[in-house]
Amino acid sequence: MLRETIKMSWQNIVNNKMRSFLTILGIVIGVAAVIALITIIQGVIDELNQQFLDIGTGKVNVQAYGTPLKRGLNNSDIERLAEIENVAGVSPNLSFSSTAVKDENVLEDITVDGKNEVYFRTTKELVSRGRNLNILDMDSKNKVAIVDGELVENLFFGIDPLGETIIVDGTTFIIVGVLKKDLHDDMIAMVSAGDSNGKVIIPYTTAMTMAGLGNITSVDITVKDTNYMSQVIDEIELVLNQAFNFKDDSFFILDLDSLVDAMEKMQSMMTSMLTGIAAISLLVGGIGIMNMMLVSVTERTSEIGLRKALGAEPKSIQSQFLIESIFLSLLGGIIGVILGLTLSYVVSNAIGMPFRLHLGAIALGLNFSAIIGIVFGWAPARKASLLNPIDALRSV
Amino acid sequence: MSKEILKMTNIIKTYPMGDEDHVVLKGIDLIVNEGEFLSVLGPSGSGKSTLMNILGCLDTPTSGEYILHNKNISNQNQKELARIRSKEIGFIFQSFHLLPRLSARENVELPLIYAKFSKSERKNIAEEMLVKVGLEDKMNHRPNQLSGGQQQRVAIARALSTNPTILLADEPTGSLDQSTGKQVMNLFTELNQEGHTIIMITHDSTIAKYANRIVNLLDGMLTEGDVADA
Ligand SMILES: Nc1ncnc2c1ncn2[C@@H]1O[C@H](COP(=O)(O)OP(=O)(O)OP(=O)(O)O)[C@@H](O)[C@H]1O
Ligand SMILES: [Mg+2]
Repeated sequence: MLRETIKMSWQNIVNNKMRSFLTILGIVIGVAAVIALITIIQGVIDELNQQFLDIGTGKVNVQAYGTPLKRGLNNSDIERLAEIENVAGVSPNLSFSSTAVKDENVLEDITVDGKNEVYFRTTKELVSRGRNLNILDMDSKNKVAIVDGELVENLFFGIDPLGETIIVDGTTFIIVGVLKKDLHDDMIAMVSAGDSNGKVIIPYTTAMTMAGLGNITSVDITVKDTNYMSQVIDEIELVLNQAFNFKDDSFFILDLDSLVDAMEKMQSMMTSMLTGIAAISLLVGGIGIMNMMLVSVTERTSEIGLRKALGAEPKSIQSQFLIESIFLSLLGGIIGVILGLTLSYVVSNAIGMPFRLHLGAIALGLNFSAIIGIVFGWAPARKASLLNPIDALRSV
Repeated sequence: MSKEILKMTNIIKTYPMGDEDHVVLKGIDLIVNEGEFLSVLGPSGSGKSTLMNILGCLDTPTSGEYILHNKNISNQNQKELARIRSKEIGFIFQSFHLLPRLSARENVELPLIYAKFSKSERKNIAEEMLVKVGLEDKMNHRPNQLSGGQQQRVAIARALSTNPTILLADEPTGSLDQSTGKQVMNLFTELNQEGHTIIMITHDSTIAKYANRIVNLLDGMLTEGDVADA
């Protein structure tokens, strides 16, 4: 019985191709828009979150511009920051671009990063071969360097760089380690990801001497327990205020966790906004379906009367029309899902973002359209089932 | 000794008309036996269709008792009436009432769907019925590919498909020319001879004569008529 009902409903949709298509257009557009937006927004957020995870949460970045009297942080400021309770370590950021020379080969535009031992301790799996920089390198301003894969590629041409020397900015360094590929190594690099031909990490003390700097203007502070994040930030603020005599705009604190929080807030706001848009477009689509079903009931009054005369119970007339409306809106939903996925695939590719299938969004689209079919098909189906067969048969 | 298949006792049907009620059937008494071919003959407006609707369980009387196949129809709900129609009644209408998108065979299968026959049973029965009305070569034709007489024969096959207790025909030749009408009436006679109980409603006395019993409906009152007189 159900099979016959489904077959009849399907036949009727096929018989009215144009009208059915126009009717489901609202649902198609609604579902497609929601799927595309959810997939794209989710993709962007996933991507950003992944980048944050690469850096590692529980880090606070401090930009200490200082005052005209005192530029940046000196060693005792850094020590005071390191002594704050729950701070695992402080890692200075010092970066400039320069030229590297190996034998006759010159490589322009490389990034030189000055780091301390804390950096290697708080950043996971940094060096793939060789060793990290240690505290001795810092104290004795050793001329040792860790290079990244890109530099190796551009300058060593297949030679094992470990133990080799390289001239950076006029100073000769011994290469003690090679970095893993594709590492977002710190927040600053992420924000200002300029194009460079390779990277060299050297002891920050050595770097400061080379750059002729006395103080550090940027440090990453790693927090042991992120539950104490706000207390730690308060303490940092206190130390910095003391360091710069409570001068406005002398420093800026950026903590990743609050960024992630802000992004999560944004995401949930987007989601509720999308839900609103989806609800409205699906409502419009639903009204379209209801309208078509009402027209269909009126058009088929005599058919309904005949079916009743031939023994159809009100229930089976009702289910015939209900199934037809569910079919219609589900068809709209399916087309919408396909369209939405295609759209988000194209957009993801265009903005260079990995395309991920969101099963949740697809399930949502399909469920929603089925529910629309039931809700908005109910009244027309009920109307059909209540038609008096005598009146219905007369109306020819 | 023939078996009584339906019995109407003092059936009254009124329609509300403004403040007063318009009485269309004014106390109908009727007994039909199994195997009868009965014509209900009456002029336009006499209440023939009203009576047929009650006979066919499409409508219930305002008062009076209607027993069909030992079942009291007078106070059944829509769902029950649908089940009774499915089992007991085969309708044949003046304007055929075939579904235009379905083939002849699918049209004949319709009542079988509601009587919950399986797909293969439906196919077999539908084909058997179409052969019976002489349309074995038109099974897959749609109504618009058939002549009026052929369409009415599809409708007759459809009415026969569930093997109902009575065949109920309302002006079955009303849309057909004389000779086609005659063929349909011959088919009715044949079916009656096979044992089908037929009630035919008509205003045409020459058509009514094909029956073996005639009742006259006049102004909502039923009187026994004579086949020879009609
Ligand atoms: N639903 C209704 N409401 C009010 N009056 C009705 C209704 N149905 C029928 N009537 C009235 O009942 C009377 C009988 O109608 P009915 O249709 O039974 O006549 P009939 O004998 O079938 O006529 P015809 O040969 O023209 O079909 C008519 O006067 C008609 O106006
Ligand atoms: Mg009539």
